[in-house]
Amino acid sequence: MFLAPAAAILGIALLYPIGYMIYASFLDWNPSQRIGEADWVGMRNYLKLLHDEAFWESTWVTIRFASIVVTLEMILGVGLAMLLDRNLRGMSILRTIFILPMMIAPIVVGLMWRYMYHPQVGIFNRTLKSLGFDPIPFLSESNWAFASVIISDVWQWTPFIFILSLAALQSLPKSAIEASRIDGASGWQQVLHIKLPLMLPVLIVTVLLRLIDAFKVLEVILVMTNGGPGLSTEVLALHISRTASEFRELGEAAAMSNVLLFLLMLLTICMFGYTKLQEKRSLHLRQAAKEEV
Amino acid sequence: MPKIELINLQKSYGAVSIIDGLDLTMEDGEFTVFVGPSGCGKSTTLRMIAGLEAISGGEIRIDGRVVNRLEPKDRDLALVFQDYALYPHMNVAKNMSFALRLARYEKSKINSRVNEVAEMLGLTEYLNRKPAELSGGQRQRVAMGRALVRDASTFLFDEPLSNLDAKLRAQMRAELALMSRRIQKNMIYVTHDQVEAMTLGDRIVVMKSGKIMQVGSPEELYRSPANLFVAGFIGSPTMNFLKAELSEEGGQIFVTGRGFSLPLPAKCKPRLSSHNGRTVMIGLRPSSFSVGEGEGSIELPIILSEYIGAQSVLLSEMGGQKITIEVSSEAPIPSGAPMNFVVESEGIHVFDSDTEKAL
Repeated sequence: MFLAPAAAILGIALLYPIGYMIYASFLDWNPSQRIGEADWVGMRNYLKLLHDEAFWESTWVTIRFASIVVTLEMILGVGLAMLLDRNLRGMSILRTIFILPMMIAPIVVGLMWRYMYHPQVGIFNRTLKSLGFDPIPFLSESNWAFASVIISDVWQWTPFIFILSLAALQSLPKSAIEASRIDGASGWQQVLHIKLPLMLPVLIVTVLLRLIDAFKVLEVILVMTNGGPGLSTEVLALHISRTASEFRELGEAAAMSNVLLFLLMLLTICMFGYTKLQEKRSLHLRQAAKEEV
Repeated sequence: MPKIELINLQKSYGAVSIIDGLDLTMEDGEFTVFVGPSGCGKSTTLRMIAGLEAISGGEIRIDGRVVNRLEPKDRDLALVFQDYALYPHMNVAKNMSFALRLARYEKSKINSRVNEVAEMLGLTEYLNRKPAELSGGQRQRVAMGRALVRDASTFLFDEPLSNLDAKLRAQMRAELALMSRRIQKNMIYVTHDQVEAMTLGDRIVVMKSGKIMQVGSPEELYRSPANLFVAGFIGSPTMNFLKAELSEEGGQIFVTGRGFSLPLPAKCKPRLSSHNGRTVMIGLRPSSFSVGEGEGSIELPIILSEYIGAQSVLLSEMGGQKITIEVSSEAPIPSGAPMNFVVESEGIHVFDSDTEKAL
């Protein structure tokens, strides 16, 4: 009885849209039709995806983008947290400044970086020019464009990993770290042998959260490159949005969304699986300890 | 095994002074216990010796070398923490061998060292377990094992037994005493428990508010406390304190209070005759009383009688103040009726009521 409201909300807010999307992926549906008027085409949309090179290209771009940004963000975020985990004067202000990028709307981030990358008036090329170097085609050459969107994403999302790692670091048992100092561990050895292993559970969840987010990235890239040049920065979310709005293929777009959803679901299951495993292990440990007493 | 010297050691956080000019020398191979109520600065002192806490003034010397700015790892000491501070992600063997692995010892040497210490502490069958799979007492042993494997010259203990239950604590205390006799190293031990201090220490340092109150062997502290604080802190049940006046009569010194007058031993005379007529504090150990009648015996009411077996602890009143008396008892002593007691004159401590120092 008590579950009824929750079940109702779950049904309306979650299952209905997903069911709608799955249903739509079996239709040949364009935006001028009502959903009832669309033709049922069975698996045709999915089969078409199998042979759609643009789709596979954008999937590959997405996977590359997500793995590179998350790797870079983890290294930078955890590194910064290690550096700033100390009580110096003004550290709290510095920490606040560090997490500012995360609070800016993605559209604004995209506009800001597009302006900075601008071939003539952008700060980067102006600086290069004043130093006597050739300008760099930040957004007009495939490899540079890919690197440019990666840089902007790293700029915006490193703070997320930074604050989570900092929280993890500060909740580590102080005495274990002191014990390692007495045992002769240098700063690096403390990080490698004590801090990182103890932070691992938090770091794994952080990676998965960021991966899920990175797979769905849209606005910044839409504003900066709109997927170009060519398909070099066309991530899945962007490809889906163009399929729906430019090519007017709602059924196909729905099918692609389902593939993306499936990918993300795999990641989420990995995450839940990991936490389940942890819980099981700690339960087992506690029982073993109890039997001992 | 080095000598450790603290010279005018100071610690303050901002304007708040925690340790206020400590001077102490800990000799080679000595078991020193720092004891005092919480907040007296004993743990801070230990952490400064270990190098975990920066010092605000003065010097720490190990073997004549000033170590003020030396990293903990360069001071050649091992520390057992109050909460054990085991590495939760490593099993017992890894926990114990961590320092040796960092120092890049040969694998065979590490194994033999770990096995040797594990055997000594009865940990052999737990070597593959993680700390979470161990009971409190076992974790405590692993923490000691980790210190022992290192073979450091000085062992520091920061209230290592305070997280254990009473029975286990007594057992670990005995094991610790045996261990310290076997390995013959410098030991510095911090505790708030005077029983631990008395049973373990060769030398006890009693601290209060960042100052040393008295340094001495357990017997010295018990027999001749230097001040009221030490007298009240050491010994269980605690010493009774009463106001009294010194007087001399027929060549003998007496302490006289409300309803009692007790003679002091003749050897006190040279020390005390100059204080004749002054009001002082006297301290009487509960065990200085014995049941019996005779010269100088006093009659005291028995308000409450607690029979503990070999002893009875009696609550009584003397000089208008509640006092405790501890007597050996074959049979329970009934409360209500007054009894006669003889006070052992050797057991009367006299303190200046202003400076609180022993006279």
